[in-house]
Amino acid sequence: MAYGAHVAQVRLESVTKRFGEGDDQVTAVDAVSLDIHDHEFMILLGPSGCGKSTLLRMVAGLEDPTSGDVYIGEEWVNNTQPKLRDIAMVFQSYALYPHKTVRANIEFPLKVRGVGKAERAAEAQRAADVLGLTDYMRRKPGQLSGGQRQRVALARAIVRNPAVFLMDEPLSNLDAKLRGDTRAELVDLHRRFDSTFIYVTHDQVEAMTMGSRVAVLNAGRLEQVGTPQDVYDFPASAFVAQFIGTPPMNLLPPGVLGTDDVQVGIRPEHLLLTPGGRLQATVTQIEHLGHEVLLHAESAAGRLVARLAPSAALPAMGDSVQLDADAQHMHHFDATTGVRVS
Amino acid sequence: MATDTVRGARKVGRYALLVVVAAVVLFPIYAVVLQALKSGPDAFDHPRSLLPVDLTFDTIRSAWTDGNLGHLLLNSLFVSGMVTIGVIITSLLAAYAFAFLEFPGRQALFAIFLATMLVPVEVTVVINQRTANWLGWDNSYQGLIVPSLATTFGVFLVRQVFLQLPKELREAAALDGVGHMRFLYEVAAPLSRPTLGALGLFTFLGTWNAYLWPSQIITDNDHQTIQLGLNKLKTPNDISKFNLLTGGLVVAALPIFIMLVVFQRQLVRGLTAGAVKG
Repeated sequence: MAYGAHVAQVRLESVTKRFGEGDDQVTAVDAVSLDIHDHEFMILLGPSGCGKSTLLRMVAGLEDPTSGDVYIGEEWVNNTQPKLRDIAMVFQSYALYPHKTVRANIEFPLKVRGVGKAERAAEAQRAADVLGLTDYMRRKPGQLSGGQRQRVALARAIVRNPAVFLMDEPLSNLDAKLRGDTRAELVDLHRRFDSTFIYVTHDQVEAMTMGSRVAVLNAGRLEQVGTPQDVYDFPASAFVAQFIGTPPMNLLPPGVLGTDDVQVGIRPEHLLLTPGGRLQATVTQIEHLGHEVLLHAESAAGRLVARLAPSAALPAMGDSVQLDADAQHMHHFDATTGVRVS
Repeated sequence: MATDTVRGARKVGRYALLVVVAAVVLFPIYAVVLQALKSGPDAFDHPRSLLPVDLTFDTIRSAWTDGNLGHLLLNSLFVSGMVTIGVIITSLLAAYAFAFLEFPGRQALFAIFLATMLVPVEVTVVINQRTANWLGWDNSYQGLIVPSLATTFGVFLVRQVFLQLPKELREAAALDGVGHMRFLYEVAAPLSRPTLGALGLFTFLGTWNAYLWPSQIITDNDHQTIQLGLNKLKTPNDISKFNLLTGGLVVAALPIFIMLVVFQRQLVRGLTAGAVKG
């Protein structure tokens, strides 16, 4: 059996999820429609409580939508049990069975499906080989590091050869170094397995580096869907503009560099030290990061951040500077709704 | 230096107190065991009777034969074993329902269920006895076993452990296609083993030592448990054979003592499991 023998698209149509009743009712996901293509690595990105995990859990069948439709492939799956959806999920906490060995954990989904012992062992070995777990097969999860446990969780998912992989912040328990390494491995895994990946994260670096496309959620609503570069270059709203990018986009108050009903946004790399520039500011902090310098300045329009080359002639702390940006690098958002105007 | 002396004195005081408490607890046991190991007349030769001299197994041998203790022990072993297995099974099933299944009125039902712990056994013993009588279960093993097959305490204890299991385990299992029963025996129960061990041990001890219920339902010799049977060793008309009863007590306590020694760790671990999140 080859991994990824089948592919599947996932389609969400006006999916809403509400929790609680009456005055306590909370809308976790609000009329989200999203098409996730075959073999796509789709990232659901947003801050805590934006509904991204709830959305994923509705695809998994662990939560029922209050309204709307979920399709996997061509099949409407609202009433389909999780086990029949041809999906596998990797949880933030890994959800390994602590009393079973690594081998038993990986084999378990196959055992439940009645796969014979020999085939089970072979499949588990193959998954373990892919993820470099061969030496740990006899250990129990408690004897493994966070990164190794995470691999076991992945192995348990891939051994089932699902049409869709669901991942709920799988890297958030790992340290920064390991997170970086594992990001690359997951991208590689996606390339090797002809499956659809849906990946939930609040980490924009993960979103930017791993996703084929990114769906940005805010307060249960879908703000924007696009390639990471599109979302970065053309944020659909002031929220997306500020959420994506480190440091975030400088968002000027209405009326500054534009009309009163428009807010102008400028990415730090596009905010330039320009003699005679329209933004007067005083330098409050200079951060040397090696490959770049971040210049923080206080202006009448609020705090500004400019990204400069380390070789640039830098002002001193407390100096008055003038900053400006090219018109082509200015983003305009409706001052009331936050929606992109141009 | 002064602090060290104070600390040392406190330590000595603490240990002295512990020794006194241990002596208070252990003395009656020591006295009974010693009585059981004395011949009839020696047992009343005070204060020499409290010294471990002139020991003999004759009393225990007589108690074993006179009281037919072998048969009683087997009865108690069978009844306690069956009740223990039953309680573990019913506790697992009911606790699973209360912990993992969503159904209307779950919280209310559990509250009512828990409230039954407030009812003392003495209140229910008469009606239980009548029910057993109506079923024709007097002088039978089912009469001894069935009324004890489910306990609120057991369900409560196991439910608490189940509630501490990460919910993702159940969800991961559901995605893998694991049904409730399979999740129970393959994941939830193995992960609750220390608690199940402690519950089993408590249940076994409780059943082994039970007197009230067996005394209500058993009147014949065949189904008597060890606690009931010890009555036969009482010799109100022959004070010189008083220590036959202590011989019987030692025999009755021995299996329990061995179990406690063997499962001590399990017991402590079970009772402290979940006390610290980890």
